[in-house]
Amino acid sequence: MTSTAVPITTKKDWSSDQEIRWCPGCGDYSILTALQMLLPELGVRREKTVFVSGIGCASRFPYYMNTYGLHSIHGRAPAIATGLAVTRPDLDVWVICGDGDALSIGGNHLIHALRRNVNLNILMFNNQIYGLTKGQYSPTSEEGKVTKSTPFGSIDHPFNPISLAIGAEATFVARTHDMDRKHMQEMFGRAHQHDGSSFVEVYQNCNVFNDGAFSAITGKDVRSTMLIELHNGEPIRFGADLERGVVQLPDGRLEIVSVADVGTDALLIHDEHRDEPGLAFALSRLSNGVHEPTPIGIFRDVVRGEYGAEMQAQVDLEQEKKGTGDLAALFRSATTWTVD
Amino acid sequence: MPTERPTEKIGGVVVRFAGDSGDGMQLTGDRFTSVSAVLGNDLATFPDYPAEIRAPAGSLAGVSAFQVQISDHEISTHGDTPNVLVAMNPAGLKANIAVMERGATLIVNSDAFDERSLAKAGYAVDPLTDNSLSEFAVYKVPMTSITQEACKEAGVKPRDAERSKNFFALGLVSWIYTRPTDTTLAWIEERFGSKPQIADANRRAFRAGYDFGETAELFDSRYEISAAAFREGEYINIPGNTSLAWGLIAAARQADLPLFLGSYPITPASDILHELSKRKEFGVKTFQAEDEISGIGAALGAAFGGSLAVTTTSGPGLDLKSETLGLAVSLELPLIIVDVQRAGPSTGLPTKVEQSDLLQAIHGRHGESPVPVVAATTPSQCFDAAIEAARIAVTYRTPVILLSDAYLANGSEPWLIPDVASLPPIEANFASATNATNAEGQPEFLPYVRDDETLARPWAPPGLAGLEHRIGGLEKAENTGSVSYDGANHERMTLLRAARINGIADSYPATLVDDPSGEASLVVVGWGSTYGAINAGVERVRELGRHVAHIQLMHLNPLPNDLGSLLAGYEHVLVPELNLGQLCSILRSKYLVDAKALGKMQGNPFRPAEIEDAILEHLGGAS
Ligand code: SF4
Repeated sequence: MTSTAVPITTKKDWSSDQEIRWCPGCGDYSILTALQMLLPELGVRREKTVFVSGIGCASRFPYYMNTYGLHSIHGRAPAIATGLAVTRPDLDVWVICGDGDALSIGGNHLIHALRRNVNLNILMFNNQIYGLTKGQYSPTSEEGKVTKSTPFGSIDHPFNPISLAIGAEATFVARTHDMDRKHMQEMFGRAHQHDGSSFVEVYQNCNVFNDGAFSAITGKDVRSTMLIELHNGEPIRFGADLERGVVQLPDGRLEIVSVADVGTDALLIHDEHRDEPGLAFALSRLSNGVHEPTPIGIFRDVVRGEYGAEMQAQVDLEQEKKGTGDLAALFRSATTWTVD
Repeated sequence: MPTERPTEKIGGVVVRFAGDSGDGMQLTGDRFTSVSAVLGNDLATFPDYPAEIRAPAGSLAGVSAFQVQISDHEISTHGDTPNVLVAMNPAGLKANIAVMERGATLIVNSDAFDERSLAKAGYAVDPLTDNSLSEFAVYKVPMTSITQEACKEAGVKPRDAERSKNFFALGLVSWIYTRPTDTTLAWIEERFGSKPQIADANRRAFRAGYDFGETAELFDSRYEISAAAFREGEYINIPGNTSLAWGLIAAARQADLPLFLGSYPITPASDILHELSKRKEFGVKTFQAEDEISGIGAALGAAFGGSLAVTTTSGPGLDLKSETLGLAVSLELPLIIVDVQRAGPSTGLPTKVEQSDLLQAIHGRHGESPVPVVAATTPSQCFDAAIEAARIAVTYRTPVILLSDAYLANGSEPWLIPDVASLPPIEANFASATNATNAEGQPEFLPYVRDDETLARPWAPPGLAGLEHRIGGLEKAENTGSVSYDGANHERMTLLRAARINGIADSYPATLVDDPSGEASLVVVGWGSTYGAINAGVERVRELGRHVAHIQLMHLNPLPNDLGSLLAGYEHVLVPELNLGQLCSILRSKYLVDAKALGKMQGNPFRPAEIEDAILEHLGGAS
């Protein structure tokens, strides 16, 4: 490559020639469109962009992006992407995974990628169901959920993905949903900007096996009263007239109150960059499920050393001290003797 | 004045140091080996230690041993049975006495034979007093008390001084076998220099042991072992895990690729991770993953990105890696999986050798999933085997399983340091341009177009514009690599994957047959680490005037093209393996020969005598 200027691209340039095989009406389409429209604006190169996925409906994503891509194994995408990202710091690596993929079979890889802070943009499409295997409950399905594998209702207590990510020492944690392209793009853009692991939970409607799972909070008519949009440095409030807000109680818990009752000054000011994760965690616990007012936006965005850069720094330091490695010297790095 | 003891020249000796896990036996053996290496002896070692870091002190389970054979001529094993056993405690004696032959020398730490220690080792009566050892030459040496006495002046407490008794043993054996003291003293200085008191105690203990030989008049003579007639050159004593790690570094250099290791700690493979993580100046990146799956996953990601990618493991770890290995087969990316075999199933005997992963390496994945398998034959040959595994992986764009084992990993031998310029080249040959034209006449890149000769697909790490492509574990259409559920295409791809792996055999040199007389009717076919024992066993048979041939396989999948016709030239085929006969069953089914298995599953390598006996038994009366 000789040119250094990033070529101007459009959505079309980022779309592959592969026929898209998601069910008509699936929330995955709008996420795909959001990204294909966003990437031309980020000033990045297609050849330097890689999508790595696991297995599941969401994980077909890389086939539809005209970039480098790797459709891997159920749950393993964060592990595979880690090896790619730390050896190729010049690349933009996106991990696309689902809730079963990332939180069930791949839970271990996800939490370790997050704590290491590898430079990955991890987008987890949460539809609270297993789609590709045709409708079993997932680790984010609500208790009591009746599915093919839980005819009497699920007895599993679900994960809260945001709490999990914060607990796993993630440095960037956000939530968005498939009904709001602008919000998705803002979250994906911020995730891309973040140096280290970025975790974005995307509420995604599976209209075949779990239709309307999020409609109680993401439906156009209910959004203003059910989604609590987080904005850095601003008081946390929501409602058609921003009449409700969030306060912190003396025991540390957060509570939703009427602004009229407590006054604006009493409201909690959102601080994404707060190093101490307690408040971000408390925010993630504000809602007990997708039928209650639920925060979306960036819960946490803090700075910590990026794993690949730190790995590279150790290599650089050793090479500075010892040169770039001499095989002949290596072969003599313990006692040797000569036979004449 | 002590009398000057006569020095007798001997051809070689096998010494076994045995004691409690905490007694420092591995270090003692390693030091004795090192001075002998510097004297120019040929040598082979066998560290034999328990799985527990500190099993109950004084128990049989806690016995740690180190056996070394040193010789004035070329040898290939750590020896049949020890000539000398140094036993630091009753358990060390009891655990090893069964392998000692009549007339052997026993040097025991008599201080350790108290009632409690005897009971812990399961001795009802003290073997040093009940005449049960009458057929051995027994030397009772109060090692603990002399060491404590010697260390008094160093200002260390008796309890701490006791820890230096292994240096006393080393000193004594060094005196008996006329090993120079300066190498060991210099090493003590280097290793313990930062802890002067411990260095001083060890030095005093070592001297005390050496002087004890000189003054105690217990030993009638000392022994000398001349240098072996090695090929000219510079040598280093190297354990298999180190030489394997160096082979990987060298292969990456030869291929001009960055080396990446994704690994999870597991015995006995971890030393490869340790060694590589020290060598950052070579640009090596090591990643200690959260589990075995992530170890190989990260390696596969690095391979996609254009690194020479490696994962190392053992036993149960290989089971966990098989899923990702299958993906690597489907992606057709270079990847090296090192399996340092240990006895199974399950956790099995984690520190003991076995060769029972062969069939798993070849077949152990779902689907038709061919993987090349290379096996190292000796500790130093691990270097060459690693380079060969890398050559195959990179040239044919395939995962390769490199089999080592617990014996090779920890055992060491002198290695003739190769000239760096003589190392074989490896060509990464990254794709650099589009390779097809689409329907609209535009240039395009198809990731599964194959090389005519090797059937390998292009390796196109991200970064080049115009070569963007998507690959995955779903079946791919021939050439285009697009997802395809077409049955006929799947069969074609299955056949192509198999043909590509089978074709690797075309790149092997002719199989080496060791059949000096050309009159042998029996060929011994071994693979991997049985090389030394088979070699020694075969030599002994020849010394009896009988004829026998030997083939040692390094390539287990695909097998060499000439192997079938070679085997057909012999009446008998004997296959010794540390398993139930895994290679044997392959040879039988593939070549329809009446190969006979010789199995051993005791957690230790074959002894040359076992090979010798089996050959003679098969040869029967016919000379
Ligand atoms: S099953 Fe559900 S998640 Fe999967 S493609 Fe269909 S609608 Fe989308």
